[in-house]
Amino acid sequence: MRIEVKNLSKVYNQTAALKDVSFSLTEPKIYGLLGRNGAGKTTFMEILAGHILASSGEILINGDRPFDNRKLTEKICLIKEGDNFNKDMKVKQILRSYSLFYATWDHQLAMDLIREYNLPLHTKVKSLSKGMASALGIIVGLACKAPVTIFDEPYIGLDAAARKKFYEILLEEYEKEKRTIIFSTHLIDEVSLLFEEVLILQEGTLLLQEGAETLRHNTCSVSGPITEVEQFLENKEVIKRDQLAGMMTAYVFGSKTEAKQAGLTVEGVPIQDLMIYLTEKKGA
Amino acid sequence: MKTKLDDSRPIYIQIKEFIEDSIINETIKIGERVPSTNELAKFYNINPATARQGMNELVMDNILRKQRGVGMFVTEDAKEILIGNRKKQFYENYIVPLQDEANKLEITKDQLIEMLEKEGNMDEN
Repeated sequence: MRIEVKNLSKVYNQTAALKDVSFSLTEPKIYGLLGRNGAGKTTFMEILAGHILASSGEILINGDRPFDNRKLTEKICLIKEGDNFNKDMKVKQILRSYSLFYATWDHQLAMDLIREYNLPLHTKVKSLSKGMASALGIIVGLACKAPVTIFDEPYIGLDAAARKKFYEILLEEYEKEKRTIIFSTHLIDEVSLLFEEVLILQEGTLLLQEGAETLRHNTCSVSGPITEVEQFLENKEVIKRDQLAGMMTAYVFGSKTEAKQAGLTVEGVPIQDLMIYLTEKKGA
Repeated sequence: MKTKLDDSRPIYIQIKEFIEDSIINETIKIGERVPSTNELAKFYNINPATARQGMNELVMDNILRKQRGVGMFVTEDAKEILIGNRKKQFYENYIVPLQDEANKLEITKDQLIEMLEKEGNMDEN
């Protein structure tokens, strides 16, 4: 589904959570939505899912607005950090209600995952542990097979093994059937290999939208004597500079080959570090 | 075999290198099937599109051939092509840094040659 974000703004009590943001997600891909706390990620995802209204601007999904639009919202699934489900309902009832809402619901997958995560079907949501409640969210998010599925920090309380299992099943299902998956998390180093495209929000604005492999190609850290590094940095987009004892390390947009030819020590920049340096630069 | 990929280098290149290494050291032999993009994606927890990009480049380089519905297989010439490419890179990747380090330590060209010969003799003995 084609998602177009046009001049989107959202203001809460005079605080702007999103400021005139525009971009589009044109293809079914796994998107990583990254940013520091308060960058506007959750607000964006809630507007996209049709849970709240924008203050101005709009999000169009295949040309339509999602708010109060059943035809569209049954194609979108948002799994949040918590409070996804009615606490007085049993796990089995939750699954049943979602299966009625989503035409694309995969009952077999849901049951397989219930077994995989050892979830009790007849327990009420309020009696589930944090990890179990998160597992239920993940199960619903995967089994709904909504063409637009959004995971907003979905795994509070889930241990590393359970998270790894989630990534594996997510990839397996994605490979079987492409859909738009938007993934927002602070555990970037765990999931960055899943992303095809990365979006970074900073204080309500879009800082960057780029293919994950392109980022790995086109960013590097260069180190050497200060004067040599400074010379190399001329006319380049520098992300961050660090100095120590006459030496400088700079993070920069540019190819590794060029920096190597300049005789500097070159390394790549993991996406997690890139996010930190980029948002530091503007926030400072 | 690497169990973890490096997030600071393009992933498809690392997938290519993994397959190439496996062919050069014959853990995957000529004519054999290589792991599918699915298997690679699952093993490394990477996006299948990224794995596919690496595999497709190997097909273009004539290292792998696609057999529809069955999988990808190592071509007859794969090993020869890869070794040829690696030899070309050998000078840049190994000789140049060797000379750089030798210069820093003021090791002369003759001393360097002597070291190489000594290493060769030890192998023969």
